[in-house]
Amino acid sequence: MTADPSANNRSRITVGVDVGGTYTDLFFYDEATGRSSTAKVPSTPGNQAIGFLDGLAQRANDLSRIGTIVHGTTVGTNALLERKGAPIGVVTTKGFRDVLEMRRRDRPRTWGLWGQFAPVVPRDRRIEVNERTLADGTILTPVDPAEVKAAAKLLLERGAQAVAVFFLNSYANGANERAAVAALKDVWPNDCINASSDILPEIREFERASTTALNAYLQPVVGAYIGSLEERLRGGGFGGQLLIVQSNGGVMTVDTAKSRPIRTALSGPAAGVIAGAHIAAAAGFPNVITGDVGGTSFDVALVVGGRSALAAETKIDFGLVVRTPMIEMTTIGAGGGSVAWVDRGGLLQVGPQSAGSDPGPACYGKGGGAATVTDANVVLGRINAERPIGGKLARLDVAASRAALDADVGKTLGLGTMEAAEAVIRVANALMAGAIRLVSIERGHDPKRFALMPFGGGGPLHAGALIQDVGLAQAIVPRFPGVTSALGCIVADMRHDFVRTINRPLDALDVPALDRDIVAFAGEGASLLDRAEVAFAGRETQIEFDMSYVGQTHTVSVPLVLQIARGASGVTGEAIRAAFDAAYARAYGRLLQGVPVRLLNLRVAVIGRRPPFDLAALKPDPANTLDGARRGSRKLWIDGAWRDAPVFARLDLPAGATIMGPAVLEQPDTTIFVDPGLSARVDALGNVILERR
Amino acid sequence: MIDPVTLAVLKGRLEQIADEMDATLFRSAFNPIIAEAHDASHGLYDARTGETLIQGKSGLPIFVGAMAFAVKAVIDKVAQDAARAGGALSDGDVFLFNDPYDGGTHLSDFKLVRPFFRDGRVFCYLASVGHWHDVGGNVPGNYNPVATECYQEGMLIPPVKLFAAGRLNQDIVDIVMANSRQPRSLYGDLNGQINALDLGAQRLAALLDEMGAATVTEALAELKARAARLMRANIAELPDGTYSAEDWLDNDGIVDAPLRIALDIVKRGDTMKLDFSRTAAACAGPVNIARSTAIASCYVALKHVFQDVPANAGCLEPIEFAIPENSLLSATRPKPVGGYTETILRVIDVVFQALAAAAPHKVNGCAYGTINALSLAGHRKNGQRWVMFSFFGGGHGGHPEGDGLNHGNAPISTATIPPVEILEAAYPVMFTQWALRPDSGGPGRARGGLGAVYEVTPLDGEADAFLFAERGRFPPRGVCGGGDAAMNGFRFEQDDGWHAAPMASKMVGIRLKRGQRLRIESPGGGGYGPAAERDPAKIAEDVRLGYVTAEAAARDYGPNAK
Repeated sequence: MTADPSANNRSRITVGVDVGGTYTDLFFYDEATGRSSTAKVPSTPGNQAIGFLDGLAQRANDLSRIGTIVHGTTVGTNALLERKGAPIGVVTTKGFRDVLEMRRRDRPRTWGLWGQFAPVVPRDRRIEVNERTLADGTILTPVDPAEVKAAAKLLLERGAQAVAVFFLNSYANGANERAAVAALKDVWPNDCINASSDILPEIREFERASTTALNAYLQPVVGAYIGSLEERLRGGGFGGQLLIVQSNGGVMTVDTAKSRPIRTALSGPAAGVIAGAHIAAAAGFPNVITGDVGGTSFDVALVVGGRSALAAETKIDFGLVVRTPMIEMTTIGAGGGSVAWVDRGGLLQVGPQSAGSDPGPACYGKGGGAATVTDANVVLGRINAERPIGGKLARLDVAASRAALDADVGKTLGLGTMEAAEAVIRVANALMAGAIRLVSIERGHDPKRFALMPFGGGGPLHAGALIQDVGLAQAIVPRFPGVTSALGCIVADMRHDFVRTINRPLDALDVPALDRDIVAFAGEGASLLDRAEVAFAGRETQIEFDMSYVGQTHTVSVPLVLQIARGASGVTGEAIRAAFDAAYARAYGRLLQGVPVRLLNLRVAVIGRRPPFDLAALKPDPANTLDGARRGSRKLWIDGAWRDAPVFARLDLPAGATIMGPAVLEQPDTTIFVDPGLSARVDALGNVILERR
Repeated sequence: MIDPVTLAVLKGRLEQIADEMDATLFRSAFNPIIAEAHDASHGLYDARTGETLIQGKSGLPIFVGAMAFAVKAVIDKVAQDAARAGGALSDGDVFLFNDPYDGGTHLSDFKLVRPFFRDGRVFCYLASVGHWHDVGGNVPGNYNPVATECYQEGMLIPPVKLFAAGRLNQDIVDIVMANSRQPRSLYGDLNGQINALDLGAQRLAALLDEMGAATVTEALAELKARAARLMRANIAELPDGTYSAEDWLDNDGIVDAPLRIALDIVKRGDTMKLDFSRTAAACAGPVNIARSTAIASCYVALKHVFQDVPANAGCLEPIEFAIPENSLLSATRPKPVGGYTETILRVIDVVFQALAAAAPHKVNGCAYGTINALSLAGHRKNGQRWVMFSFFGGGHGGHPEGDGLNHGNAPISTATIPPVEILEAAYPVMFTQWALRPDSGGPGRARGGLGAVYEVTPLDGEADAFLFAERGRFPPRGVCGGGDAAMNGFRFEQDDGWHAAPMASKMVGIRLKRGQRLRIESPGGGGYGPAAERDPAKIAEDVRLGYVTAEAAARDYGPNAK
């Protein structure tokens, strides 16, 4: 990065850019004036940078006025899901080249034995070398640089563009891997060289190998994208800082993103959750469940006390395991395009098959024909067929929706069209409610303490039903549900995560060594923050251990608050034990007497807090009035009968307005359905709060 | 009648209760066989018959069928007590037992069964089963290849009240702990199971409060009826006829003679009879199974083939079983049953093979067909005893959609294998190979998945090896014209070189010195469809990537192999 910090200070416009599969959403914020605006342009799948620049041009024709651009990207996500990463090679320990392909000896589904799996790197590009490190870190056989170079030559001949080195037990001692990397640097034509002990120095060879290989797999793709994006931005006069959103909800520099692209695996969705947490906290709801209803899926994440939960490991697909902290996201196959069908036992089902965007739901009129959740919403009158969101279609084909519901659902179950549509919505809501229960009740959280924050185009249609189904307190619909992820880019902090496997019983722990590790990680994180040239409002170091009773294989996360000063963290065995007891009791109720405790991993997160974004910038115009927002009424099918329901232009509503259900609130990027029995209140920041009357 | 939408909603809610019970035990269990391999299960069972009403989705598939028999054993015991001593069932009672003849499977599986009361009556039973690390007997870990009576395999506890009206009977905890080599692990697992039952009871009570007991009862009955209907619809699609298959176990570990498992499926209209009359008689060694276990394994096989049928008792309604008394598949006390996994895997294989002729578009080649239980035990330099116990994997069969999965888990389980690094960190061993095994998949239009080569040696003094496996003499079979997979191979080094396992697939106490290697070459899966129909491009790709050697390709695929 060659950003000039003085230019950074002059230009006060920050832009959040979220590139999704269909649309690129942008959020512009001018710190000087406090003003903000949004833009939405079609994404350009071949090269996302084109849509990105188009979007910027909508609101800022002079890129030199932009200080910071924060980007949530799906380039990495898509490359993983569609298996479109670069050809890579692997150099590994003799006897272990199939680790990536053997996985942890699992299968895709419990019932049915028709699984298949192709690793991202085929067998002929996984080369073994003589080397061996033992579990205690002893080097049994040193690596021979000449053998590594020969392996590299073979890999290059076979088309590899990036290379991953993973040696058995390298989490305990990475010396052989480092020696191999040094040898590779002499012959490898680019910087795409990855050592597993560098990417993830954590025990469990498959998980470490998979994370390392997937990082290599993304490097050329994500690197090229970011490189081309940077070039275009610089060419357009942009002199500020470009930051990328990580799957853990923090941002990183482009340099880090190029060397650790695996951290972008859930970049886009993470930004949405971060925005959700921020908006909800500002509105007075520290505990929220975010629910993003897209075309094919419903993504749920939990935010407790303003913080989103992180999962240590995420399965992108069968056999594609990534072990870096990511926002914990539960995804089910129930979205607007999910197909309704009746199984042979006569049970109504929704999803997981989706009509996608092409042909899409029957109402798109592209000859799709399958009845979807969107079709049910159209038939019930909840979606305005004359003004579809997104602006791609002129109108929706209600007759096609009705015909599809009759054919796929009504006829088999003996239901009329309207009853069939209601049934589809009920089943879809039940699926979504199940996903919400999974992340809340099943983890011991009382739903009454949580609000639901729906976003994405479809979320606000189902929010009312979901809060009643699950027993959530309220739903809070953000002012711009369709650009939530772009807003999340603006508010995300910078964050760097570190892990090291310790694997010692607590009573045999080398506390001074642990202290040194903590201090070293904190220092490394701090220097990464320094190098980012971003003005932080504050900094924080979080320390966590993965611990269990000796004999257990699953661990609990044990947070411990430590102050690092004068090169020491002050960590003690007693403090760790007390923190473990507290964490275990929280998770399982009772402690086990007389059983020793083990510390598996140390985790350190270093966070740079970005300057706060004041959501008051988005609040409704004080001149708005309730009457001014009225847009007549329309017929909705509710609980077995047609009823007249008022329609409002959501963005024209004044703060403080309260509307009784049934009602519909429309805005360009979504529709809010206010169920009978619920009220919709506009808060001071312009959020719509749905709650029981 | 309950409306279909409420039914769909309730189905999800009820399954979630069982799933949550599974998750609670997996996360808090001490022994890796539960925590990592998920050798446990939870569900809701009928108050009168013990039939499975709802089963968690993440537990061990074989228990789905077996647990109904376990709950029935408790119901019978309660009736007996009432008749004998006037004892009654109370709210808060929890029964504990591991009797394999009444409740299925083997002694390692401890069941906890708890009546769930509503309005003063038993609404249903909640049950939890988990595989405990050590329950006594001759061999640590309880896979004793040379047991001739169940008494050598571990303690046997009949249904007894662990809790009476909510009060823990500590005596019982003391008794079972005193009978284990790993009492702490047992204690942790037992606590996890109690927690899971508590949680299930709480969740179910809340659901009944919300939806009404009558509605839930109706939903449960309707779900069972629908599963039966769906199974009948599946069966009705097959042509009427008799479909037969037979396969073999290598031996029983005592007598080195093969044991036949034969199945004749008689399919008429929308019903099937599964007739095992031609199967071998009960044997001396530990590969017998109880009748309930045999039925449970058929259920697993049918669920793999007819995946759309929900997991409840309705599945088996259109199915009749013929299993003669004193058969290998209907063993009674004290016949040893410790190696039950091998026999149930073979029962599943014969179901696949028999159905192949009736439903070629629904089946797959047989999977590797053995649990490959290896135990290595020794003493550390400081004198401390160590026991490494794990199950090793193999290939899955080819299927209509493509080649079989390489290195999968057994069809009866959803277990994952522990990482090499975890094993090497926990025990003084070093693996010298952990790789796919070329030429192990059965040839076919869709090739069977590959098995694996695992090679391990003790690092710290000597170790004794115990192995319980199968498929050392009879390969996993292909279906619909597909070829057989490679057999299981076991070898170990001694001072005079490499040796093969004496009973082909079973070993007891083979002593290995530091540096002497033990090698498992596990079977692949059977092929699907004739090898002659395989796409030549795929054959060439297999050879290029080393899944199949050039020699094997020439032998198995003939002119198509270039």
